Amino acid sequence: MVRTCEAQTRLSKLFQKMSLEMYLDLFSQPCRSVYIFAKKNDIQFDYKKISLFEGYQYSEEYGKINLLRKAPAIKDGDFCLAESVAIMLYLAEKFHTPDHWYPADLQKRARVNEYLSWQHSAIRIHGSKMLWFKLLIPKALGVEIPKEKIDNAVEDLNASLNLFEEKFLQDRPFIVGDQISLADLVAIVEIMQPVGAGMDVFENRPNLKAWKDRVRAEIGVELFDEAHQAILCAQESVKTMDPKRMEHFKPIILRYFLS
Amino acid sequence: MAGRQAVKAYLDLLSQPCRALLIFLKHNKIPHTVELIALRKGQQKTPEFTKLNPMQKVPVLDDNGFILTESDAILKYLATTYNVPDHWYPKLPEKRARVDEYTAWHHMNTRIHAATVFLQEVIFPMMGQPKNPVKFEKALADLDGTLDMLENMFLKRQAFLCGDDISLADLLAVCELMQPLCSGRDVLKDRPKLLSWRSRVQSALSDSFDEAHSVVYQLREKFTAKL
Repeated sequence: MVRTCEAQTRLSKLFQKMSLEMYLDLFSQPCRSVYIFAKKNDIQFDYKKISLFEGYQYSEEYGKINLLRKAPAIKDGDFCLAESVAIMLYLAEKFHTPDHWYPADLQKRARVNEYLSWQHSAIRIHGSKMLWFKLLIPKALGVEIPKEKIDNAVEDLNASLNLFEEKFLQDRPFIVGDQISLADLVAIVEIMQPVGAGMDVFENRPNLKAWKDRVRAEIGVELFDEAHQAILCAQESVKTMDPKRMEHFKPIILRYFLS
Repeated sequence: MAGRQAVKAYLDLLSQPCRALLIFLKHNKIPHTVELIALRKGQQKTPEFTKLNPMQKVPVLDDNGFILTESDAILKYLATTYNVPDHWYPKLPEKRARVDEYTAWHHMNTRIHAATVFLQEVIFPMMGQPKNPVKFEKALADLDGTLDMLENMFLKRQAFLCGDDISLADLLAVCELMQPLCSGRDVLKDRPKLLSWRSRVQSALSDSFDEAHSVVYQLREKFTAKL
């Protein structure tokens, strides 16, 4: 019975190879989680590497894949899907990934969903801001962000990290019990974003650092580091970015961050 | 479900996700009790409530000792634990993915933009803070962008946001879009497609919709009476 299921899974993965396209920019946190999840679970996909900085998400071509004009997005045959959380839940179901990623037990599953829900307006938003405030806005607009704004953003991020440690992690090895789940994966890629901006979020947070090391080991050091290569080189790569190429970001940045 | 004890929901009906939860519980006849937490009185900050939910937010679900926060997690838990009709959170992966796609996008789009309009127009004046016209115009513009996406990306030519039947997505969205109504502002008034959608959602939910929204209607009356 088990062998038949395994064989079926291998076969479906083989047939999926050419029909599953994934549109990813590894500079983006949710793209990293989808990339890691697929690679870790040996899900074959056609890797469509896109550049958000170059504005590919605004192209007519990409609009046919994802009208929300965000990354990641997938195209599985004719089925297009956006939103990393939705994508990973879909892939987990379709490719019968190991239970610990998204447990069948409804209460454990609810705990994963609880984190996946909370993080949108917490760690994700505050972590993202650090990259924009410390690197991208100075580069794209040539303006430094006022110290007060940065200090407030750091405070918000710290508050989120405190809640993360107190409520979601506590003294457990992972967010939902003893094994890594989608919650840890989504958390780690977001927490690595401010690291890319030069912020040591693990300083004075030994529990968080220990969790990060566990997650990195569970994912596989090679895969984790490969997925994070772009963001960890962000400080270097922004020096070589042409501000003119980021013109299309200006109105968005002005409205979103500075109004 | 036979032998299952009632769940307890900690709610404030001024909160959009709380309304979504109450409607879901009532509409699907899920046995439940409600404990009201008055946000305006700071009851979410008591030591007792903070022990229940360190985030100091509502709603919270207590299923016989299993404590759960975050409305979309709660709704998905209830939809899969109880015998509710499949359309709320379909089992078919492609259909379920559409609902998951919306509920993920919802947080930083429908929820935040509709809530900001409400905060600027109702809450800040109530707290004696002056309305910030620049921020208010931005909030309206952001909400407008969200409504464009709701029409063009999600609804399209369908009856509901994720297909032909109502789902958790419609429930969460409609409760957010009702919030600005507290000041008498119908954010859908110039959008016939979304007005029709809202009518369909209201019809599908019948009494439980109006019951849950009674505080919104009351606030609207108070607010518009002042003008």
